[in-house]
Amino acid sequence: MAKLDLNRVPMPKQEPEARSENYDEVALGYSDEEALAEANRCIQCKKRPCVQGCPVGVDIPEFIDALRNNDMPEAVRSLKAKNALPGVCGRVCPQETQCEEVCTLAKKGAPMAIGRLERYVADWELNHQNDSNREVAPATGSRIAVVGSGPAGLTAAADLAKRGHQVTIFESLHVAGGVLMYGIPEFRLPKRIVQAEVDYVRSLGVEIKLDSVIGKTLTVDELQEVGYDAVFLGTGAGLPMFLNIPGENLNGVYSANEFLTRINLMKAYLFPEYDTPIKVGKKVAVIGGGNVAMDAARCAVRLGAGEVHIVYRRSRNEMPARLEELENAEEEGLIINLLTNPLRFLGNDQGWVYGMECIEMDLGEPDDSGRRQPMPREGSDFIIDVDTVVVSLGTSPNPLVPSATEGLNTTKRGTVIIDEGTGKTTKAKVWAGGDIVTGAATVISAMGAGKRAAASIDAYLQGK
Amino acid sequence: MYQIVAKEDVTPQIHLLEIHAPDVAKKAQAGQFVVIRLDEKGERIPLTIADWNRQKRTVTVVFMEVGKTTRKLANVKAGDSIANFVGPLGRPTRIEKSGTVVCVAGGFAIATIVPIARAMKQAGNRVISIMGFRTKALMFWEDRLRRFSDQLIITTDDGSYGREGVVTVPLKELLEGTQKIDRVIAIGPTVMMKFSSITTLPFGVDTVVSLNPIMVDGTGMCGVCRVTVDGAVKFTCVDGPEFDGHKVDWDELMARQRTYLDEEKRSLEMWQQEQAGG
Ligand SMILES: Cc1cc2nc3c(=O)[nH]c(=O)nc-3n(C[C@H](O)[C@H](O)[C@H](O)COP(=O)(O)OP(=O)(O)OC[C@H]3O[C@@H](n4cnc5c(N)ncnc54)[C@H](O)[C@@H]3O)c2cc1C
Ligand SMILES: Cc1cc2nc3c(=O)[nH]c(=O)nc-3n(C[C@H](O)[C@H](O)[C@H](O)COP(=O)(O)OP(=O)(O)OC[C@H]3O[C@@H](n4cnc5c(N)ncnc54)[C@H](O)[C@@H]3O)c2cc1C
Ligand code: SF4
Ligand code: SF4
Ligand code: FES
Repeated sequence: MAKLDLNRVPMPKQEPEARSENYDEVALGYSDEEALAEANRCIQCKKRPCVQGCPVGVDIPEFIDALRNNDMPEAVRSLKAKNALPGVCGRVCPQETQCEEVCTLAKKGAPMAIGRLERYVADWELNHQNDSNREVAPATGSRIAVVGSGPAGLTAAADLAKRGHQVTIFESLHVAGGVLMYGIPEFRLPKRIVQAEVDYVRSLGVEIKLDSVIGKTLTVDELQEVGYDAVFLGTGAGLPMFLNIPGENLNGVYSANEFLTRINLMKAYLFPEYDTPIKVGKKVAVIGGGNVAMDAARCAVRLGAGEVHIVYRRSRNEMPARLEELENAEEEGLIINLLTNPLRFLGNDQGWVYGMECIEMDLGEPDDSGRRQPMPREGSDFIIDVDTVVVSLGTSPNPLVPSATEGLNTTKRGTVIIDEGTGKTTKAKVWAGGDIVTGAATVISAMGAGKRAAASIDAYLQGK
Repeated sequence: MYQIVAKEDVTPQIHLLEIHAPDVAKKAQAGQFVVIRLDEKGERIPLTIADWNRQKRTVTVVFMEVGKTTRKLANVKAGDSIANFVGPLGRPTRIEKSGTVVCVAGGFAIATIVPIARAMKQAGNRVISIMGFRTKALMFWEDRLRRFSDQLIITTDDGSYGREGVVTVPLKELLEGTQKIDRVIAIGPTVMMKFSSITTLPFGVDTVVSLNPIMVDGTGMCGVCRVTVDGAVKFTCVDGPEFDGHKVDWDELMARQRTYLDEEKRSLEMWQQEQAGG
């Protein structure tokens, strides 16, 4: 624990040995005393740098002040005025590069634990059934269709509903929440927290229509024809990328999306009580170095894999995963193979993967992204025995909506083109935001995009 | 929730459900499918759209009992509801006037081929249908398929009805015969589609198959339905389900379909024990 600064009140966690055998949340949350002690460290800066660091502009000093004055309803009200999903953000925001990075106390070595306090306030509300912030403006009569119920769509819907518009969310899956439900595992983000925040959005008068695949069940043009005055697209970046190397379609080779969807959305970790199966062998290799790879690997540990490897082609410095997640993962016994790149998968005569041929890499010159480019080291090929592989190379936007929507322009990467200031797309009366615009990013940036589009939609509707 | 409007036991193992699903009914086209989930703990499974009624706002599926989900579904009665019903998914069958079209179907897929034969007939094609079953007791919908077929050939593996043997025998005869065959559409168990494609290959006749790999979301998000067609990886749920049968990597598809054999067996056995006990 040497890495945690002693000045911050630490967050209690489940011990690694215990948690690698259950799906319960790893981080346990502050007690009342711990929250108060941490809140008392805030020096209530006049310039509020922390607020600038937050993509949705949470009034951080205000909610912290309310908390330490023991006015919890006010803390909730203040927080929810800007952030419809505080229980989610308090858990999964990369705070160290956002609000906490610019906190005045960071210069003194230990920024305020803003995310942890946010989580504390959100959890307090959940346990106290507070309903202090359901204020909705009088009905405007405008109807808005929001496509996708991830953080971008939920935020846009909540903001628009608060302004008195009638909002319907169309979601293709059988539950609302997007990646929060199908991607991020229970042990980092309990699904009951997500559903409580989805219910809050519903309580603002937002209707959520599940099982509705836009582009198939209904098209964007049809939504406009049936009378929606504006459409917001928040369909995320759900299309999995593959390595395109031999053997990738062998049994036992999963995309991270399939692996995590089976486990989180379909609850395959509770099979056979739940009907959807998952197969995790003795030796698992997860390919990739991001947060998604960490989540997949930590799920594999919990499903009883004997050995779980992360296989990443660059060095530790280039790994995109959050340091905290990497540490959590290593505590749970993950083995990290750096500077290693798979060349092909080997299969037995039944079509099951049994091995993976890899090559060692050296780091060369920096590429466009500023990271040093990995180069294969001639003749260094070797074979690792594996019986399960999870390919976690990232995702790009699903082309389903763009390909079925005339006039909606996309980039070569498949992301939807918008006006940066407003979120407007190239198609009239259609806005977009979140991962569908940026490619895979973060919960809070998707929420920021939902907020920005909601403001622009509201201005457009008022000007009509 | 989606209500079951009507249920029919087509054969002891094959059942028909007519389901109230207004959005899907409005859009359904031949060759597309839906994904259903029975209840909170249920799996998402794909089923082909066998028919639709835009006035009644219903969609019909026909399915065969194979594992836990389809057996649970067989217990559903008219008036009951199922949790989720999403669609129409996948690309519709390419319907155009090509001349003479042979529709080949095996087992439960008779229900799938009927709307396709109907659409092909309406588009002005001459339709020859071949339907195959293991035995006469499993046969259904001869009359329905006949309605849209200029010629109908029936086979049973054991010779208990129609011609004895498998569907590829009359298919080959047709291809060798004097009339020009412009297109073949083969739908049914994977082996049957594989051998139908092998049969037509030497004749160079355009052959369409409808693949049924394992699926989860049905919208291009998980990649479990990936198949290799003409050397390229395709997602069946969004790029298909229909593909050129001459270009499908059949052995890979069949291996992938076996991924969860052990788990499926375990799940079914546990459920059957529960049923027997309670
Ligand atoms: C495993 C994993 C872990 C992550 N961990 C973190 C983390 O710790 N912290 C963090 O900040 N970010 C994390 N992220 C990233 C973050 O979850 C995403 O950036 C964020 O969810 C994007 O939000 P969104 O609303 O744009 O899209 P999504 O959350 O992807 O939601 C899109 C929704 O639209 C639906 N949809 C798609 N197509 C259609 C259609 N045609 N019709 C109707 N509905 C449709 C989808 O089903 C989905 O529900 C993680 C991502 C993954 C995959
Ligand atoms: C596009 C498409 C259309 C289909 N249309 C029909 C139809 O109209 N009528 C019909 O009877 N069946 C159809 N199927 C197959 C049907 O989905 C499976 O029979 C069903 O999922 C089996 O579920 P189970 O729990 O009863 O059996 P399980 O115990 O899960 O499996 C038994 C068998 O079904 C296969 N199977 C399992 N899960 C799936 C899955 N998600 N998708 C496909 N196959 C699976 C397995 O390989 C195994 O051989 C279709 C499949 C696809 C992909
Ligand atoms: S939402 Fe995220 S960035 Fe904003 S204050 Fe909360 S933890 Fe910080
Ligand atoms: S910058 Fe840090 S110390 Fe200052 S008000 Fe914000 S949270 Fe408090
Ligand atoms: S079923 Fe998931 S991508 Fe096709």
